[in-house]
Amino acid sequence: MPSADRLAKLFLIPLGAFVLAFFLLPMVRLVAVAGSGPNGLAEYLVLITNPRHFGTLIATLLLSATATLATLAIGVVVALFLGRNRFPGQKALIAMLTLPLAFPGVVVGFMIILLAGRQGLIGSISQSLGMGRMVFAYSMAGLFAGYVYFSLPRVMVTLLAAVEKLDPSLEEAARSLGASRAQVLRDVILPGIGPSLMASGAIAFATAMGAFGTAFTLATRIDVLAMTIYTEFTLSANFASAAALSIALGLITWGVLALTRNFAGDRVAAAG
Amino acid sequence: MQRSPLVFALQLLVTLLAAAFLVVPAAQSILAGLTVNYFQGLRSGLTLDWVAQVWGLYAPTILRSILLALATLGVTLLIGVPAGWALARKPGRLSRLVEEVVTLPVAIPGLALALGLILAYGGIREFRASVAFILVGHVLYTLPFMLRSVMAVLAAIDVRTLEEGAASLGASPWQRFIQVVVPNARPGILAGSLMVVTLSIGEFNLTWMLHTPLTQTLPVGLADSYASMRLEIASAYTLVFFLMIVPLLIAIQIMGGEKRAKKRK
Repeated sequence: MPSADRLAKLFLIPLGAFVLAFFLLPMVRLVAVAGSGPNGLAEYLVLITNPRHFGTLIATLLLSATATLATLAIGVVVALFLGRNRFPGQKALIAMLTLPLAFPGVVVGFMIILLAGRQGLIGSISQSLGMGRMVFAYSMAGLFAGYVYFSLPRVMVTLLAAVEKLDPSLEEAARSLGASRAQVLRDVILPGIGPSLMASGAIAFATAMGAFGTAFTLATRIDVLAMTIYTEFTLSANFASAAALSIALGLITWGVLALTRNFAGDRVAAAG
Repeated sequence: MQRSPLVFALQLLVTLLAAAFLVVPAAQSILAGLTVNYFQGLRSGLTLDWVAQVWGLYAPTILRSILLALATLGVTLLIGVPAGWALARKPGRLSRLVEEVVTLPVAIPGLALALGLILAYGGIREFRASVAFILVGHVLYTLPFMLRSVMAVLAAIDVRTLEEGAASLGASPWQRFIQVVVPNARPGILAGSLMVVTLSIGEFNLTWMLHTPLTQTLPVGLADSYASMRLEIASAYTLVFFLMIVPLLIAIQIMGGEKRAKKRK
């Protein structure tokens, strides 16, 4: 079908033109601007050489990693529970857990304010229990809660599908051979859902690294990489640093996703 | 596996806590947007005043976001469906590479994409100040979802054979695309469209950088109201956002459920 081939080539032109003009060219520009500041090419390493930025990098990495681990831990428990038991109201519960799937970061930030802000629910409860008003929305702890909120629905969807695919006979075999509950979890269940854990964990981590909306809503003074890029660009008009930091951040998120992708079939959304 | 009641109870507790963590604040914000005074609680009575005020303050952002989402959908359909077919009919190294590059914007934070766009095109004043600038960002971010969704369906149904059948009956390539490929790709197009519209309506990371005071969208307005408005107004605005996005999310869930059900058969 030679003419169908020609049509197919024709169909790729708009895609190619769009990606070239609005993705590849801006990325080239980003690299060029990063290298043409007062520091020249040394700017590319600003994330490592500038102690303040390096501290922010470490804080962002730690925050994203712990939020991801917490999300995965909760996700595994919940997915195993929902995948293994049948009870009335289960569908509604699954719907509740997966509904915030596409809440943007700004809205997630507001949810955390309602929970743990100055007039938040947790504060009211802790006060009525006589423990004083607990307020942690506007700090790293708030951001941590926000990232868990953001990623939990996505992780849930992936893990639930993985648990439903597990072969129950493997577990029965392990149990009949005398394996304990913990051993079954460690040697049968976790390896079985391993690829999904890796994939959804990578997405959660990459999302947390690049998340901007949540931090923006909670507090502009929280030092995470996305906030630093934003303030360098808009407040300090330090384009070279902002560009260099975005490149570094982009490389990290892309690298994490690319590394773990081999383990998983499908990627859902990342940098929300 | 035999059940230990303790493990069961703990799992149930974690599950309920997780659900509460996700749902309670959303319910709180819905309630806050509808009560006369949030701090006095429901005793102060229910009202639609806050929603009306939100409409008065932010109607343009809401309408702009709807139009922007539809425009994004239009562009992703025009670019993504034909390209999805072109890539799916010849799966090979080149097709993988194109898909890879097109999908990159999903793996890179919106902030970086937006900075690149501003540095490359910020000097073109009319473009920078128009909604088209935001549209470009939204298409960049959502196009991979349309493309992959279309490609996944076409890969599953062996569209090549169907096309050859149509060709042997004398259909031109263009006719085959419109009459054979597009109808067969419909589930993928529909799923991709839902995803594109949902993502575009909620997009903030790119849009915050790309917008101007005259091109604010709904999420940009939300951030503004969170920072500067009383809690009831911020909540009512969030409620409006929920009303727009929750039907879309439910539709996505239903479609995902159907797909899973089919796979199980």
